[in-house]
Formats: sequence, C-alpha cells, structure tokens
Amino acid sequence: MDKQSLLDLLRHDARESVDDIARQLGADAEAVAAALEELEDDGVIRGYQAVVDWNNVDEEHVRAQVEVDVELDRETGYEEIARRIARFPEVATLRLVSGDYDFFIEVEGASMHAVSNFVSERIAPIPEVTKTVTHFVMDSYKEEGIELGDGDDDDRLSVSP
Amino acid sequence: MTLGDQLSDRVKQVPPSGIRKFFELAEEVDDVISLGVGEPDFSAPWAARTAAIDSLERGKTSYTSNRGMRELREAISERVTRYGQEYDPEDEIIVTTGASEAVDLAFRAFVNPGDVVAIPQPSYISYTPGAIFAGGEPLPVPTRAEDEFKLTPEALEAAGADEADVLVLCYPNNPTGAVMTDDELADVASFVRDHDLVVLSDEIYSDLRYEDDHASIATHPGMRERTIVFNGFSKAYAMTGLRLGYAMGPPGAIDAMNKVHQYAMLSAPTTAQYAALEALRSCDDSVEEMRREYDRRRRFVLARFEEMGLDCFEAKGAFYVFPEAPDGDDEAFAEGLLEEQNVALVPGSVFGEGGSGHLRVSYATGMRELREAMDRIEAYVSD
Repeated sequence: MDKQSLLDLLRHDARESVDDIARQLGADAEAVAAALEELEDDGVIRGYQAVVDWNNVDEEHVRAQVEVDVELDRETGYEEIARRIARFPEVATLRLVSGDYDFFIEVEGASMHAVSNFVSERIAPIPEVTKTVTHFVMDSYKEEGIELGDGDDDDRLSVSP
Repeated sequence: MTLGDQLSDRVKQVPPSGIRKFFELAEEVDDVISLGVGEPDFSAPWAARTAAIDSLERGKTSYTSNRGMRELREAISERVTRYGQEYDPEDEIIVTTGASEAVDLAFRAFVNPGDVVAIPQPSYISYTPGAIFAGGEPLPVPTRAEDEFKLTPEALEAAGADEADVLVLCYPNNPTGAVMTDDELADVASFVRDHDLVVLSDEIYSDLRYEDDHASIATHPGMRERTIVFNGFSKAYAMTGLRLGYAMGPPGAIDAMNKVHQYAMLSAPTTAQYAALEALRSCDDSVEEMRREYDRRRRFVLARFEEMGLDCFEAKGAFYVFPEAPDGDDEAFAEGLLEEQNVALVPGSVFGEGGSGHLRVSYATGMRELREAMDRIEAYVSD
C-alpha cells in the first residue's frame, strides 16, 4: 500500500468510501483500511474536516488572523507558550513563524466583539506576550486548495472525438 | 450550377461522422452524464494561461515565423529528448494549429492519388477522412481485443498492409487506451522497414501513460528517416481549445509540410504559442498532478467494470477504457444506456473496424460524476 498515493487521494477528497479509495489505488479494501488506521495511529492523519465557505452560511462567523510577539526567558520557551494558547477552543490554528512576529494565530468566533474580546482578554495578558496585531478576515477566495466562488461550468461538448 | 452539384468527389466520399450523430442524440437528453468526451475536464495550467494573457497585453498579436516561434521550437526539441527523440529546432520541427493540422499536412505532403494509407482500427476518427481528402486509399487494419488492441505484424500482414505506402500509428490510443511498448514497436518497425512504408505516428497522448514510460517508433533503427511524429499540448496540458500541436521529422519532410502550412495556415495561433512555451517551461507539476488524477479514475472505472462483469482489458494510456458491450451490439447498448440511464458514451463501431462490439468510455470527468455514471451503468447492465 503506497501511503503517499493514499495521502494524495485523501487530501483531494477525504470523504470517499474505503471501497472507492481501494478501487482508485488498485488495492484491496482491507489494505486501505489498515493503512488508514496506521496513518491515524502514527499521527500522520490528525483529522478529517469539511472545507466550509462561510459566505454561504447564514449565521455570522468571524475569523481573524492574529500576529503575536513574545519575549522568552530562561524558564519559558515557544513550546510552553504555544501549549497555553492552543488550549483555547477559539484558536483554530497556531503556528510559529519566521519574520516580523513569532506566532500566527487564527481565531474564530461568533462576532467581531467575541473575537476581539478573546484576543484582548485571553491572549494579550499572557505574561510573555508583548504585542498582538489582529486582522479580521473580510473575505476568502481559497481555502485548503479549494477555490471558493461559483466555479467554472463544464462547457465541453457532451460527445467529442 | 449550384454548390451542391459542384461538391468534390473526395468530400462526397467521406460519410458523416458517427460521433456527430451520437452527439446530437446526447444533446436531446436532460441531465446527461457524459463519458463521451474526448478532451480533458481540467483547464490549462494557470501559468500557461497567464503567459497567454501577458502576451496579449504586450501586443503580441502578429504572425510568427511559419514554423512557429524559435524559442518554442527549441523548448519542444528539449522536451522530446525524454522520449529519446532528437530533432533540430531549425529544420526538423514545425508548430501547427493542433496536432490535427499536422496530421493533415502530412497526408497532403506524403500521399499521392491512389497511395494506400494503412490505418489500424479502431482509431481516432480523422485519419481516414484525412487520407481521402489527400487522394489516398485508406486501408483499415483491424486490431483485436485479445491483443489489447496493439498493432502486430500479423494484423498488418492479414490486412494486406505490406502493399501500403503509409502507416498511421496512434499509441497511446484513442479510443481504446491501448499502449505499445518498445519491444512491440520494434516488431512493427521491422515490418515497416521490410515493406518500405512511411509512418505517421500520432503521439498526442504520450504523457498520459500510467504503467510505463512512453515509447516512440521513431527512435527505432532506420525509422527516424521514414517517420513523422505528431504531438501537442491539447491532452497533457489540457489546452484543446488553444489549438496547438507540432510535427517532427527529417528536414526535407518538415520542409514539405511547411510548404502546405505556409499557404494554408501561415502560422499557428501566436497567443497559443506563448501559452505552450510557458507550459513547457513550468507546468510539469500540473501535468503530473492531472496524470495521477486520471490514473486514479482509470483504476476506479476498471475496478467497477470488473465488479459488474463488464469485460474490459486493462487500458494503460490516454483517458479511455474500451469495454465490451455485453450483448455485442455497441450501438444498441449506447443508445439504450443514454435513453434509460442518461449516460452518454461512444459506441466503438464509430471508430472503425475492430471497434464494433465495444464502447469508448472516457474518464476525463470528475470522480463524483464518474461514480454516479458507474452506478447507472451497473443498473443498466443488471437490468
């Protein structure tokens, strides 16, 4: 079972049945199920989620990207700060990045108020945090490799040579 | 005198396209899922499209040299070395309006009235009319399901191709998805040399092989000087509508084709040439991604056919598989399937002798449609 092909396929569409995955990879279904379990157990696959276009959802859903500067000391490293931030359910994504700031956080909430409150009351007060810059997401055009929007119609001839 | 009375005999000799007939049937059906499409469901890689747009913004809207932009010919020359082909961009390559134009140029440049053009069948539908328009006599060479639709010296012999002047080859093949290995091509090459034929080798699907690398007859001993190779950007780069292809062959031969091309076409579309140049420079990853996607679909379709008991050899190229029609009547099956289950595919007999009793199933369609189409075919077959 070639795990890279399996990952390629799942990154494309994780909702296919094990049988259909097996057919596409020329493997048998048991081998696919076993490989999936192994990828999950090894922590390679951490989950399967829907890619949601929030523009098409009625309820308000606010996202913000937050840049966070921190100051380390002898006892505290990035790892420890990160763990503290990651525990908040409002934090959807947390990455240590190179460049002008240290952490990149994606925060989700039901309103702008909820998100800004979260940043000012939960993130900013963390002792090592020296600065936060919050960017509210105004629109999104592509998520997880999928272009949002109306897409292109298939305007090919229905039968052609 | 009306134009109808003045129709040329050659045009009259060519019957209406069977594909066209099936297209018209399919157009009348609502919510049709089509597995009858002979072109990619992807769009051209964005980098190639932006190069075309940039060229327009820079005002590149003039003719190019007859043979195509020098840079593009150089990039093509470099590209085909991966198939073991070596052609000089100076006088051994010509850029054309789709590989289709290149094939037509070759017929006009190398076929004399009465020359016999051997065409392995089932085959892409343009070769026979092309040979006729050039005054040639098409000679069908049926290939067989038990040979996985590969061309063999025996099939050539049986069809009387030893008397032919020209042989057309197309592997990976439309409509069967068949491919030929280097060894299998060596046998054909030996027949060709023994009987002194010229070969027109349409290799438009060269990048869409799923089990092994492309092999070209032109790289066999003594074949380069008697072979024209056709390739292009339509299939691998999903650029069908940009109409860009090329032909490669020995210098005198390309000169002869250029003679026709310069009067008929002048030069291939300039915008498309810029797109093609960028495609060659930076779109290998996109091609590979599409190839992997086709391969997954190919395996899926083959597996589903096997499960529903539809006999189908393991096609290893292009984006077609070619199963047998369950009761042997491909046209009745295709029409029934269209009527009852709204799935369009193309009856094999449209592609000439040897194709009857089979169905061309294109998997140039997204997985969701493909899955639904397979369910419907299964329902139809088990009905």
